Amino acid sequence: MANENELNIQETEKQEIAETGAERTRSRLAFVPRTDIYETNEAIVLLTDMPGVDESTLDITLENDVLTIKGYVETAYPEGYGLAYGEYRVGDYERSFTLSDKVDRNKIEATVKDGVLRLYLPKAEPSLRKIAVAAG
Amino acid sequence: MFGRSFWGLTSPWSEMERLRREMNRLFASFPTISGARIAPGYPAMNVWMNEEGAVVTAELPGIDPEKLDIAVVENTLTLSGERKPLELAEGDVYHRRERGYGKFTRSFQLPFNVEANNVQAVYEKGVLRITLPRAEADKPRKIAVKAA
Repeated sequence: MANENELNIQETEKQEIAETGAERTRSRLAFVPRTDIYETNEAIVLLTDMPGVDESTLDITLENDVLTIKGYVETAYPEGYGLAYGEYRVGDYERSFTLSDKVDRNKIEATVKDGVLRLYLPKAEPSLRKIAVAAG
Repeated sequence: MFGRSFWGLTSPWSEMERLRREMNRLFASFPTISGARIAPGYPAMNVWMNEEGAVVTAELPGIDPEKLDIAVVENTLTLSGERKPLELAEGDVYHRRERGYGKFTRSFQLPFNVEANNVQAVYEKGVLRITLPRAEADKPRKIAVKAA
């Protein structure tokens, strides 16, 4: 590592998913992808590191309030080679987030580039309803 | 120790097991998680080898491949680059920040000299794969045994 001060990559170890309740149907390793979430005036933006995933191997579902991201990674081991030294493991990705009511569900946009998923969750127009209070 | 097949393959298993034992012996005090060595730096790398050379893979999501610097000198591979932090507009706020960023450099020494002119690097879906062919002069030579 050249310069510790400039580097802000804390961990290289991928976090394996903890099996809670329902088991996964694929008997493969699965990891919790690292995610940045930020909020702008118009939207909530989610960026997720999922190396090895592209648009065809990504599964995003929104059910009730829960947004679930699943990425399937086809492990393409180099043919004719043997692993001599291993520092990381390859597996699927899975993570869920609970969304607030503020999100306009019909206008969610998802793009994936270079193994990074970007989810754009636009905020819904505030549906303010004034309730008139009548004097009793 | 391992309930399921670790690399999804069984063929490198015995080799892995041997390596693991060797590694454990060498790095008795070095912490390991489920058999994979903890990378001493970013990015984590996997190294695959055969008689013809080596393949080094690294997970580097969201990197501009133009700015990735791969240098090979004799038997040493040096990989450096930068992961740019997000630039948020005024008023934007982070809810969660887990993805790392910054400059990185890692050097890796291979057990053979590399044919530097034929090194190939492919960056796809955030995964970098470098193919390092072994230098012709460095390849093992077969010695025929003559009957006396």
